[in-house]
Amino acid sequence: MRKVAVLGVGVTKFTGAQEKTGVELFAEAAGDAFLDARMKPKDIQALFIGNVLGDFSEGQGMPQCLAAENIGCFNIPANRYEGACASGSMAIRDAFLLIANGAYDVIMAGGLERAATMGTPLATRTFAMFSDARYEYPAGITFPAVFALLAHLYSDKYKIPVDRLREQMARVSIQACKHGSVNPKAQFFGKYGDLTIDKVLKAFVVASPLGLHDCCPFSDGASSVILVSEDIAKRMTDKPIWITGAGQASSGTLSNQKAYLPRIYAREVASKQAYAMAGIKPDDVDLIELHDCFSIASIIASESLGFFDYGKAGEAWEKGQADIGGKIAICPSGGLKAKGHPIGATGGGQVYEVVKQLRGEAIPANQVPNAKIGMTDTLGGEGGTLVNLILEKGY
Amino acid sequence: MNYPLTFKQYSDALKEDRLMGLKCKVCGSITVPPKMACRNCASFEIEPMAMKGTGKIRTYTSVFVPSEGRETECPYIIAMVELDEGPWIMGNLKGVTPASAGLDVIGKSVKMGHEVFPGDKYSAGEGARPVFTIV
Repeated sequence: MRKVAVLGVGVTKFTGAQEKTGVELFAEAAGDAFLDARMKPKDIQALFIGNVLGDFSEGQGMPQCLAAENIGCFNIPANRYEGACASGSMAIRDAFLLIANGAYDVIMAGGLERAATMGTPLATRTFAMFSDARYEYPAGITFPAVFALLAHLYSDKYKIPVDRLREQMARVSIQACKHGSVNPKAQFFGKYGDLTIDKVLKAFVVASPLGLHDCCPFSDGASSVILVSEDIAKRMTDKPIWITGAGQASSGTLSNQKAYLPRIYAREVASKQAYAMAGIKPDDVDLIELHDCFSIASIIASESLGFFDYGKAGEAWEKGQADIGGKIAICPSGGLKAKGHPIGATGGGQVYEVVKQLRGEAIPANQVPNAKIGMTDTLGGEGGTLVNLILEKGY
Repeated sequence: MNYPLTFKQYSDALKEDRLMGLKCKVCGSITVPPKMACRNCASFEIEPMAMKGTGKIRTYTSVFVPSEGRETECPYIIAMVELDEGPWIMGNLKGVTPASAGLDVIGKSVKMGHEVFPGDKYSAGEGARPVFTIV
């Protein structure tokens, strides 16, 4: 396999409902990625876009072809990826694999979404489509309800009383908002920096035990990354960021994952692939942008990824071990919780943040000192899709 | 190849308070919800079998923010139940007040009835789901 570098990255600010179309948002992110990579549209050989709900939010199917033409990448192959909230990371992983295996030299990957534009009732309905439409939706499953079920299961399995777990989860949200509130690209930029445990616990309940501040927002936004082969990377930059590991796995209906819950088994399969490919261990990772769609999701993810013992991640957040300066910096951008979660674009947004960290170009307050190895973790559905990427500073 | 137990068959049985699953002729594992392949050994040699419809609650949540079209059902409780035969299934829990439900429901024995989701413009028709009550 050839080495693959991320040469350029771009994201829009992640926001609530807005007026730009998904294709317009993607074009803005792509424009920034072109500038960052010092490349032009004619250099791109294929375009892979994560987009989940364009059909519902804008009445727009097949946005990837419109986007390719929109940004001047005429007639190149353009693929849409749909793996719920992991869609963008699926696109990036496939781009990585196709370059690594010599099919292409330069691919733009990323995503676009206008989830916030739908409003909460329709967004809740369409996000529930990532559960089983036949065997789960009739019971009224929603996305917060999936993680609420896991939170109560976690409480029961590890014998952490719900009130205690809710305080630990509040710490997760407070840390995310601390970082997101100073990130100009974040939906919560300038907001919730003063979040307290009391405010988190007193917010209205979405699906018990998860309250409003345990949940990420619905978001609009886009992301774009340009991946290139080793020879092009060496020609274009003396400061490459390599993708050194990638993994992906799937699972079926939540109930059929019973042997592992509240652990998400697909994550353990995918991360093992990524760690093995990169030849590293969890302890080697300086920072991760992981899939913190809900506060409990961060706790569950960080344990399966090997950063903390099972049942102990909440304590790690309380002790600052999941923050900058701790054992590992988790979501120093603010994560899905505070940066936002425009689902098709989320994976590209995570890669953007990791690349900025490894280059030392993150927001100073959120910069992890001397970051050399970063990772992403993106979950779709109830663990139906799980993608992990490992990136390393090449200089 | 014939699909061993379709959702339509599963849902129609639920409407008569019968919970159907599949038993593997190779390894003996029981698969619910139904699929093409045994959830344990991936064999296609599986045949329909009626479950007892009893089990224990493994986790639950009280839902206060519903999907579009299901506002009048809120609040409601979703429970995941471990059937006496082993598999877990998702359904609703009735007879407990959503606002005051606590972790003490976990481990409680339940029996099964059903309700029918009438469907919406996205759902390709109706679908029955298990509704549990604590015994």
